[in-house]
Amino acid sequence: MSTPSMRDVPVIELKSVAKSFGAVKVLSGVNFVAMAGQVTALVGDNGAGKSTLIKGMAGVQSYDSGTILFEGNEVHIKSPVDASNLGIEVVYQDLALCDNLDVVQNMFLGREVVRAISIDDETMEQKATKTLAGLSVRNISSVRQKVSSLSGGQRQTVAIARSVLWENKLVILDEPTAALGVSQTKQVLKMVRNLADSGLAVILISHNMQEVLAVADRIQILRLGQMVANLKASETNLNSIVSHITGAENLSISGEAGL
Amino acid sequence: MSQKQPQDSNQTQLDDENVSQVLTFKQEATTFLNGVRQGRMGSFPAVIGFLVLVVLFSFLSPVFFTQLNFANLLQQSAPLIILAMGLVFILLIAEIDLSAGVTSGLASAIFVVVLKNLGIPWWLSIILSLLAGVTIGLVIGIMVAKVGIPSFVVTLAAFLAFQGLQLMVIGQGGLYRVETPAILALENDNLSVGFGWALAVLLVGFVSINGLVSRRRRTKNGHANRAISTLYFRVATTALVVFTSVYFLNLPRGSNPEFQIQGVPVAALVVLVVLIPCSYLLNRTPFGIHVYAVGGNPEAARRAGINVSSLRIIIFMIGSGLASISGLMAASRVGTVDAAAGRTIVLSGVAAAVVGGVSLFGGRGKLTDAVVGGLVIAVIDNGLGLLSLPAGLNLAVTGGVLLMAATADALSRKHGNLNSR
Repeated sequence: MSTPSMRDVPVIELKSVAKSFGAVKVLSGVNFVAMAGQVTALVGDNGAGKSTLIKGMAGVQSYDSGTILFEGNEVHIKSPVDASNLGIEVVYQDLALCDNLDVVQNMFLGREVVRAISIDDETMEQKATKTLAGLSVRNISSVRQKVSSLSGGQRQTVAIARSVLWENKLVILDEPTAALGVSQTKQVLKMVRNLADSGLAVILISHNMQEVLAVADRIQILRLGQMVANLKASETNLNSIVSHITGAENLSISGEAGL
Repeated sequence: MSQKQPQDSNQTQLDDENVSQVLTFKQEATTFLNGVRQGRMGSFPAVIGFLVLVVLFSFLSPVFFTQLNFANLLQQSAPLIILAMGLVFILLIAEIDLSAGVTSGLASAIFVVVLKNLGIPWWLSIILSLLAGVTIGLVIGIMVAKVGIPSFVVTLAAFLAFQGLQLMVIGQGGLYRVETPAILALENDNLSVGFGWALAVLLVGFVSINGLVSRRRRTKNGHANRAISTLYFRVATTALVVFTSVYFLNLPRGSNPEFQIQGVPVAALVVLVVLIPCSYLLNRTPFGIHVYAVGGNPEAARRAGINVSSLRIIIFMIGSGLASISGLMAASRVGTVDAAAGRTIVLSGVAAAVVGGVSLFGGRGKLTDAVVGGLVIAVIDNGLGLLSLPAGLNLAVTGGVLLMAATADALSRKHGNLNSR
């Protein structure tokens, strides 16, 4: 690759990746692109292959064939460690936080800041506070609170904030708002937007099309293991997305025409 | 209490230092009470229980509240407390070690037998017996973490097997006298009066300076501090307990005027020497945080890149290592080692940890809980013994106390789960 500006090279690009479980083809020749500074929504019905696509990027389960380009270079992601070394962070639906630890300890878990032989609580607390402030998080009153005392939205906030802390390039969010109420959803979506605006590539998996339209820049739609559409969020609408997802007559609505 | 936005933190500092100290103390108290209501009480009930038992036994027995018995109580509880500290590590990762008592017995057996038969220096036998203990932990840890057998089963098997091993090491009907002065000193000697006072000053000074330094650093970095009154409270309580104890223990307590006994028992120093570095490990190092993380949510710990199985193995090694130290303490106290040494102590150890406030479900508890819990269990044993009640009652009461503590633990966990959803 020559040297085009970073903004033009996708952070991650999948070229015709495929995955089968026995006779079942879960992904067949899927192309996928996520750009820095953008929220790329990945939508599709249950069983469309979203999770399988994500797992390949997270290193949990590799693809059978196809290539992965990370910032223009071909990479092989064989384990979660490979993924995190590249700067890929996944925020799973079950948040993987420790209830008995506080917000700072959770954000730095496994990567504690150490001075001499003891943990440097002050530095970690400062960084955590700064990160939360940078995402304009206002729903967490104290970073020294135990996670067990947090609400669902606050937990999601902590999980997302943790992914920002480590100079990641790509953050994958698996249904971050699935279990949240209205105002909490709003908070988290705002945070997702801030995440992308700070220059990261964000992949958002969601079943809520309103929220996808509200926050995403691009919407890529999987159906039965194939990428059936790659739409610009500003040029599409709910009906069009739904018809792509379900595979219903999309002739009449014809792509990105809108109502 | 503490604020997140930078513009608020200045204000918090101001509040903290002068205006609203009463308010913040009130807030601290409210937080604490909320914790109590939700069952997060730590060792608070155990401290209350200890005080109640002390008052009760002081009324019932004229011998209980004497310098001699106080020193005796500390010496009696030391092996139990050290064993319980090892079990705290294991309970924190939601495992159990039923073989800890037998490991302590086996370590003491190895010490005496090796010393007698190999003709090596006493310190080398100590090292060998501790190494044996740590190796036992390594084997148990591998069985649990790598092979995947529940720790209950592995350590139950070890409980039986090591009893047999101990019998083989000691020999049928064998009884070894402990003659090493250094080992005997652990449970029988006392620190000089001056040493006792110096230790007390050091301890209280450490608590105060540590608290002040951390406050200053937090203030400098613009972080919110807890109410200063909580620090005063902690320092005052520590000073009260430490100075009164040392004063009391420095009074002569022997019955023979020719040969007076006085001073803080060495056993108390041994407990401190184990407690301080282990607490540091748990509270101030990444390893310590990982221990709590594995106890709280092993899957989250794994995804955060923590090597969960090697951490489990290390924890079992620490547990068995501390059990071996406990075994040497017990040998020092009894003065002899036989094939049954350490056989019954393990459940008292678990009881001490749980009564002190360590959760059986992992991820919650501190090493000081083992100290408080160990004192409670020892005071029950000691007090009921002085009242010359049947030994059966002693066991029944200890069992009842353990069950009460476990009930509180289980209920608080249930409550906590409801709260967090």
